[in-house]
Formats: sequence, structure tokens, C-alpha cells
Amino acid sequence: MGNMPFVVSMILVAIGFLTLIARRNLIKLAIGISIIEMGVNLFLVSLGYVRGGIAPIYTYAPPEAKTMVFPTPQALTLTAIVIGLATTALMLAFAVVIYRHRGTLDAGKIRELRG
Amino acid sequence: MSVVVRTVSRVVVPVALAFGAYVIMHGHLTPGGGFQGGAVVASVVALLVVAFGAERWRRWTHVLLPLEDTGAMAFVILAFLGLGATFFRNVLAGSGGLFGAPVPWPGPNPGALNTAGTLPLMNWAVGLKVIAGLGAVVILLSLFGREDG
Amino acid sequence: MKRWFFAAALLVLVGYLLGGSVWLRPFGGPVRSDMDRYFIENAQAEVAANNVVTAIVFDYRGYDTLGEATVLFAAVVGVVLMLRKVKG
Repeated sequence: MGNMPFVVSMILVAIGFLTLIARRNLIKLAIGISIIEMGVNLFLVSLGYVRGGIAPIYTYAPPEAKTMVFPTPQALTLTAIVIGLATTALMLAFAVVIYRHRGTLDAGKIRELRG
Repeated sequence: MSVVVRTVSRVVVPVALAFGAYVIMHGHLTPGGGFQGGAVVASVVALLVVAFGAERWRRWTHVLLPLEDTGAMAFVILAFLGLGATFFRNVLAGSGGLFGAPVPWPGPNPGALNTAGTLPLMNWAVGLKVIAGLGAVVILLSLFGREDG
Repeated sequence: MKRWFFAAALLVLVGYLLGGSVWLRPFGGPVRSDMDRYFIENAQAEVAANNVVTAIVFDYRGYDTLGEATVLFAAVVGVVLMLRKVKG
């Protein structure tokens, strides 16, 4: 029961993966990819925890010297969140343009190349 | 949208803009920084699009896209300032100039605003970039689906 | 036949994800990290900033932030390029 944050983030990745397999609507596929990215970012942040540590900020920190958690995974997760946002924005723009040209959002029916 | 939504959003928008500017500007003292504060101000743009309709903000995209280029250029120019020693060197950190004061005392302290060198300037450049980029994407995505078909 | 193979592969993947995350090192356990100790001890003296995470993002690892700004710029250019008015 001690590794609960790791197990929960892997449950999120598994839910996102099952959504990618079981659905066909383009918007639901974009939501599935976004859920996978959320699970991975949560896992990356929870890797840097030190037991009994405080946030790595010196402004108004408590006066007795406690250990701080490691700040490097938090800095890398910031970059990963912004890249996930860029991916989601491009996927949704693609979905809007496909709906205008083909009239449907079903991933099984858009397959044929048409002139 | 109805009258209640429009009136409440007129009250909420200045408060949210002030909070977003606070989060951007105090990025070197409290949790926050350029990306987080830029996302807060971009949510203000999304509130305006939802409350007042997207057709009214069409001309903003011609202003927002050059602002994003300005933010990116300012960030790159600040990175090139310290090229005598290394790329991305913090040239204003201990010098006593614009943002050059040292930390009041080492260890836990109440922060002072004009510390940390090029960090507040980089926070403003990245915040401007995120505000302009996300605002333009939100306005364009909600304008496109409505025009025809 | 294909459906059973597919379901078995899916079960192996989900089992590996959950089982591997239980089997990792305990949450909050002691890990040697000299780079993080250097960052926490010297960020106030060198960068003169109280927030160690912002000092890492913009000063010690500023090159990654440059790459991230480039990715954000490329995404906005892609969205604007796809959603423009085409005459006719």
C-alpha cells in the first residue's frame, strides 16, 4: 500500500489505452491520448518525493531546517505538460477540418482516398 | 448568452487579469512563472469567447499573432545576452543593476522583488508568448466551426 | 481466434503496467541525487532566486525551455495554417 501514487498513475495510463482501443469517434480518441499524457505526467512528478520534505521554495519556509523534495522532476514535467497541450490543439484542429470535408467523425469511414 | 452571464463576466475579467499578472510577475518568489500565468490569462480569453460570442473577437487575431512573435524574439535575445561566457548566462544576477540585488539573507526569508537577474524578464517574455498563442488558438477554433455547413 | 489473442495481449500489457508499478522502489524512499542537492544548496547564492524550480527551468536548464517555446510556436503556426479561410 505504499506505492499508491505510482499505481494510480498507471491505472490512468491503462484507462487511456483502453479508450484508444474501444472507441471510434475522433474526439474520443483525442481524449484518450490526453488521458495517457496526464497519467505519465503524474508519474513523473511523484518520482521526486522525499519522505517528510517540503516544497523547494525559500520564501516563507518554516524556520527549522527540513529537507526539501527534489525539484528537477517538477521542472521537466512543466515542459511535458506544455507539449501535451500543443499535441491536443493540433489533434482538435485536424478533427474540425476533417469534419468539414467529409461530414462524419467516424474513424472507420474516413479511410478511403477520394479525389 | 443571457444578461446574468454577461454582467458577471464583466466583473470577473479584471480580477482574473490581475491574478494572472501577479502569478507571472512573482515567478521567482512564489510557485508560478511564465507558463502558469499565461494559461490563467488565456482562460480569461476563453471566458470572453463563451460569454459574448466568437464573432465579436475576430479582429483580435490580427493583433495577437504579432505579439506572440515579439515574445519569442524577446526570449531569444535575452538568451543571447550572456554569450561572452556561456549561452543563457544570467548576466544581471549579482550586478546591482535593474534586477540585480542579492537575496536578503540565505535560508528562509520573505522575498524581495528586484532579485534574480534575467528571470523576471524571461517570465514576462514567455507569459506574453503563451497568452497570445493560446488566445489566438481559442478564438480561431471557435470561429471556424460555425461559418458554414 | 483473433479476439482471444487480442484480449490476452491487452491483459499482459495492463498487468505489466500495474505489476511493475507495485514492484518499484518505495514511494519517498532515499535516493542519492547529487545534482538536486547542488541545485538546492546553490540556487540562492548563484541565481539569487527563492524559487528553485524556476531557477532550474530558466537558468540551469534554459535550453530545454527554448525547445519547449519552439514546440509551442510550431503548434500555433500549424493550427493557424489549417484554420484559415480559403476563397472559392
